[in-house]
Amino acid sequence: MSTDTPASPPDDLDPEAVADLQARIEALETEVSDLQSEVDDSGSQKMVIIATKGTLDMAYPPLILASTAAAFGYDVTLFHTFWGLEILHEENSKNLQLSSVGNPNMPVPNAIAALPGMDRMTTRMMRNKIDDNDVASIEELIETSLASGVELQACQMTIDLLGYDEDDFYDGVTTGVGAASAFQDMVDADIQLLV
Amino acid sequence: MSTETAAETLDVKGQNCPMPVIKTKGAFDDLPVGETLEIVSTDSGSMSDIGGWAESTEGAELVDQQEATEGGQDVYKHYVRKTE
Repeated sequence: MSTDTPASPPDDLDPEAVADLQARIEALETEVSDLQSEVDDSGSQKMVIIATKGTLDMAYPPLILASTAAAFGYDVTLFHTFWGLEILHEENSKNLQLSSVGNPNMPVPNAIAALPGMDRMTTRMMRNKIDDNDVASIEELIETSLASGVELQACQMTIDLLGYDEDDFYDGVTTGVGAASAFQDMVDADIQLLV
Repeated sequence: MSTETAAETLDVKGQNCPMPVIKTKGAFDDLPVGETLEIVSTDSGSMSDIGGWAESTEGAELVDQQEATEGGQDVYKHYVRKTE
């Protein structure tokens, strides 16, 4: 027995009610197909990281996660604000420092860590460790991230606040963006992180 | 699976996390469907990283993972086939 809808409704049905139902079915079908295409369009997953720190140790996690997520097929936006801008600053990014004061993981007591030149010394120790362990440089991770399609954004308000110029940043970095665009990206994202 | 059946070899020796996975993704994108990519790494974390990457990547099938010692160095080999 065929399950197809008969071409004409049986006589005992009110033709108007049938037409009404058919119209409703059509409307629902359109709605379902619209929703389906919406789901298909937003196929790839998204991650947004807000990077606010500019020390050597805190520059790594956002870049490592961002480039890795891109390898997993995610659309990634890395929004840099406040000291996070240092990571995208072409010159400063090569000179990120490690703070030895207030860091209980450093092998020097605070009273000594506060002496002039200590940050430079601990930073040099850390950089040597980074080299010895074949860990990529910040510059390398930025280039890798850009090549993997990660969107690197520099918050315009903090660019102005810290007196930077758009040309100070790596090629490929998006400037002229603010909290609203970061927020919109976060709304659409599957993963949102603040570092 | 042996090395002879891999169409391409990606050498990421001397590179640490996250580079092996990122370079794997790049080489995998260029790999023809049906072929297998061999990844040679010195990063012990690559065993879990590349395994996890293949598992969550559509069209990537982890065929094999091997640990070996070459020239006094621990080497981790991964074989990922492109199925679609």
